Amino acid sequence: MTNLTAVVNNEQTGYQNFSAGSFTFRRDEYFAYIDYPDGEHVMPIDAFLKALMRDIAWGFFYGSVNFDDVFGTTNHYGNVDMFIGSMNEEYVNNGKDFMENFPSEELMEVFQAMLSDWTIEGFDPFAAPQETGTAWGPKNGNNDEAISRTRQVAQRMIGIPGDTEIRSDKTGYTVNRHFKDVDQSQPVVDAEPGFEDQIHGFNLWAHLSRSDVTWNPSIVSICKQSLLCPTTEEFILPVEHGNDRVEWFVQVSDEIIWDIKDGKSSKPRASLVMRAGDVACMPADIRHQGYSPKRSMLIVWENGSPEIMEKIKDGTVPRVGVEF
Amino acid sequence: MSVEYKTTFASIDNYNKGGVQMVSGNIKDYVFSNVYEVAANAAPYERIVVAKNLVYTLESCRAEGESPWYTCAHDEFAIAFDYDVEVHFIKMDDTSFIDDEKDGSFRLDGKPAGQYMGKITLNRGHQALLPEKVAYCFKAEKPATLVLQAILGDESNEKWNEICLT
Ligand SMILES: [Fe+2]
Repeated sequence: MTNLTAVVNNEQTGYQNFSAGSFTFRRDEYFAYIDYPDGEHVMPIDAFLKALMRDIAWGFFYGSVNFDDVFGTTNHYGNVDMFIGSMNEEYVNNGKDFMENFPSEELMEVFQAMLSDWTIEGFDPFAAPQETGTAWGPKNGNNDEAISRTRQVAQRMIGIPGDTEIRSDKTGYTVNRHFKDVDQSQPVVDAEPGFEDQIHGFNLWAHLSRSDVTWNPSIVSICKQSLLCPTTEEFILPVEHGNDRVEWFVQVSDEIIWDIKDGKSSKPRASLVMRAGDVACMPADIRHQGYSPKRSMLIVWENGSPEIMEKIKDGTVPRVGVEF
Repeated sequence: MSVEYKTTFASIDNYNKGGVQMVSGNIKDYVFSNVYEVAANAAPYERIVVAKNLVYTLESCRAEGESPWYTCAHDEFAIAFDYDVEVHFIKMDDTSFIDDEKDGSFRLDGKPAGQYMGKITLNRGHQALLPEKVAYCFKAEKPATLVLQAILGDESNEKWNEICLT
């Protein structure tokens, strides 16, 4: 049979190949090539690296992280599937899908090494397109500082002494160019003597206006297993997130358009236009990808209950947020 | 050309709700509402659940005038989504009546006995901790929207058919 795989000349570009199980990953100046036993899948390198960054930062996340409508990972919490076409009806119906399971740490190690080698100086996969250099071209340095950002996670609430700090000029978080008009005041606390350390508040909108990443939620407050995970969004969510449980959104500012497809077949379902104050729930059987024309503020609201993991395992997890 | 960006927020008296363009399936699956619209149509300090995940909730609450006093066995959080809201706190002399196992806040019988701890004034976008087992009340001069990170309890109202796109 003719060899259809792309010719990649690492000697010329300076990049390395990476492999995990029967998958091999190669990059050239413009593309990522994913080789698996039945063939090869190609993606633009910028889209691939931005998706890879999210899959790493979120620890394979909840459910599936689809890099596009063919390649992705599905988290089983401890182990992870890497697949070609398993969430694409045509691949599945024609027996062209391929999947392999990995211990999570094992695949994570490969992903991290690949992201580090393939991300060149000046390219920041967390940034909006207008805030970063390009991913194109031969190997030229790295950007390990940008790709090793960890997401900020509050223990109780941002800003409480001993907990995660509020973002400020002092902590190196300047106001984003799209949020120059966002009020930066902090709440006025009038505490009676002795209670100064018991009344807490902070300006969440200002905190968000200083986020240096896009499409990467952090945790600002925790009520038992209820996690308030706001984030700022600009351009396109680099992955199609395939839900294994419901996920709630509260749009805080501006507008996001959510493209909703069936989680398994990838067939179109709906398009949500969310504006300031809108609340919507992503069902557990869909995949979604957001488009944010201007940098916007979004609260992602997650439930970290172990009970949900059990319901996913035994197939009783609710498909929708509320039945009414 | 340099552009001056305008961030679009909304308020209880000025919101522009989005919506859903359906291709297939049921629009109710998305449980689509708007916190400002919910507060605009609510009674003062009525808490209406806008998001629910098992027992956990996000609730839209219309702040207007002075609220009753509340307390709760666990932390809750309040975010001012448009206009100013004050939160006042009292460290109660007696908290033995609070059932540790009870989820959600509940109303107290008037202003409780205890030490006044102070207040926090929230402007738009400010978030406050409502600490466990502390009594609190809200004050707002004009109608305002609060969003509460809470757990389903005595004060939570579910009106999905009234608030969601169908
Ligand atoms: Fe998601």
